[in-house]
Amino acid sequence: MSKLSIRGVSKQFPARRGAAPTRALEPTSLEVADNDFITVLGPSGCGKSTMLRIVAGLETPTEGTVLLDGQPVTRPGPDRGMVFQSYTLFPWLNVRDNVCFGLRERGVPRAEQLAVADRFLAQVGLKGFENHMPSQLSGGMQQRTALARALANDPKILLLDEPFGALDHQTREVMQELLLGVWEQHRKTVLFVTHDIDEAIFMASRVVVMSARPGRIKCDIAIDLPHPRSYRIKTTAAFAAYKERLTEEIRVETLKTLGMEG
Amino acid sequence: MDGFFAPLKPVGPGLRLALGIACFALFFLGWGIATYGGFVRPLFLASPGETLASGWALFVEYGFARDVLITVGRVVGGFLLAAVLAVPLGILMGAFKPVDAFFQGFMSFARYLPASAFIPLLILWAGVGELQKVLVIFIGSVFQLVIMVGVIVGSVRMDLLEAAYTLGASRRGVVLRVLLPAAAPQIFEALRLVLGWAWTYVIVAELVGASRGIGHMIIEAQRFLDTGQMIFGIFIIGLIGLITDFLFQAGNARLFPWTRGR
Ligand SMILES: Nc1ncnc2c1ncn2[C@@H]1O[C@H](COP(=O)(O)OP(=O)(O)O)[C@@H](O)[C@H]1O
Ligand SMILES: [Mg+2]
Repeated sequence: MSKLSIRGVSKQFPARRGAAPTRALEPTSLEVADNDFITVLGPSGCGKSTMLRIVAGLETPTEGTVLLDGQPVTRPGPDRGMVFQSYTLFPWLNVRDNVCFGLRERGVPRAEQLAVADRFLAQVGLKGFENHMPSQLSGGMQQRTALARALANDPKILLLDEPFGALDHQTREVMQELLLGVWEQHRKTVLFVTHDIDEAIFMASRVVVMSARPGRIKCDIAIDLPHPRSYRIKTTAAFAAYKERLTEEIRVETLKTLGMEG
Repeated sequence: MDGFFAPLKPVGPGLRLALGIACFALFFLGWGIATYGGFVRPLFLASPGETLASGWALFVEYGFARDVLITVGRVVGGFLLAAVLAVPLGILMGAFKPVDAFFQGFMSFARYLPASAFIPLLILWAGVGELQKVLVIFIGSVFQLVIMVGVIVGSVRMDLLEAAYTLGASRRGVVLRVLLPAAAPQIFEALRLVLGWAWTYVIVAELVGASRGIGHMIIEAQRFLDTGQMIFGIFIIGLIGLITDFLFQAGNARLFPWTRGR
């Protein structure tokens, strides 16, 4: 059974100040099975975030519907955890209370909140930082906290919108391994948006490539690499073959966005 | 970059204090030279020594402490009344755009009405008692404060709200546990600014139809051409302002430690 079902979803942003309306997403359909780790790869501006935000319930689609376990998505909810590209920790709460936020909003008893928070903080390697304020953390630590905060709610699906996009290359690679480790352990369904090809292949069970704006799904490639994966897999021939193929797909789209037909 | 005048380069706390004191010292030096040097006639400007002597006499002979307390009471009364009304209304306007649309135009109009122009009308309505003084300050502060609080709450980062929604927060939860804590430090700062303006209104109110208060004393002193008393009265206001500012800053650092270093 498919867990998340995106059916004919499109988005057109209304016109602003005389400018023509923006067609951000062409009608798009995507089936995501339970435990899938799907990365959505596409050039910038192709509507990746728009699609993810529709799944999150933060935008309403112009056409189409999103179903999660057969239920239509109409608004944001704790069953769809999200990590944003921008740092969205609440600056007035320490790391532990940030992770407790969702549990608290849902009326979970404090003792249980703390137990859950400490478990997930340990998992993302932030034991000992529970009482730090977000402003005292590096970007990588903030995004790990945001991941723990989303996981603490035990969502059905995890939505990640270029969560490592603002991090330096080395930190990003470590974060990818960490996220993959979490996924290998919990087998959460994940929809991960990125424009980094290595990142897309490394973590995914499927890579979905989107075309240039207005975006639609151009191809859908299963990644048949063994688990558990370590960073070493990035130097294997199989990885290189996927990379070559995806680089070609993406290059064509990037040239289109730059107005330079390949 | 080296050098004293590199743009935006911070100065150490010791040097900061020394420079701040130097400005006061220079001010008193200039004042002393102008008066003791005989460049200005005593009729127009009392010397620092005479001003201090007048101040001493005011406290010891004329019970000036009571005037100061009365004026402080009026300022605090009018300011608190304005804050109690303006902060909740500003929060509602910032959070809910229909409320904003309803009040925005009227508030923008009302804030240009000079509080001093209401004095004759207020005397007609409320007599020359305490209520009238408090109302002048209230009118002078309330509209400014509503607009400032509305702008502050309205400019809270949208992605913090979105993160809260995806964590399962209700609208109520988002207002109470995201909008309010995010806006609180700046609301506090707005209160500090408006309290400063309230001092200008109280003096105007006390220049007309008052029998006590710092403003009343200044008007009385004018009848006797006692520039020493006038200047002393003005200084007392500045001193109280300095103290309030300090208290607000200490309160801010204490209530919102997470804003430090940002
Ligand atoms: N709120 C909005 N209003 C108008 N246009 C928008 C809005 N959000 C996104 N867009 C436009 O939609 C297109 C797709 O944006 P987005 O989904 O953010 O792309 P991506 O995440 O792939 O970079 C872009 O052209 C962007 O300018
Ligand atoms: Mg994006």
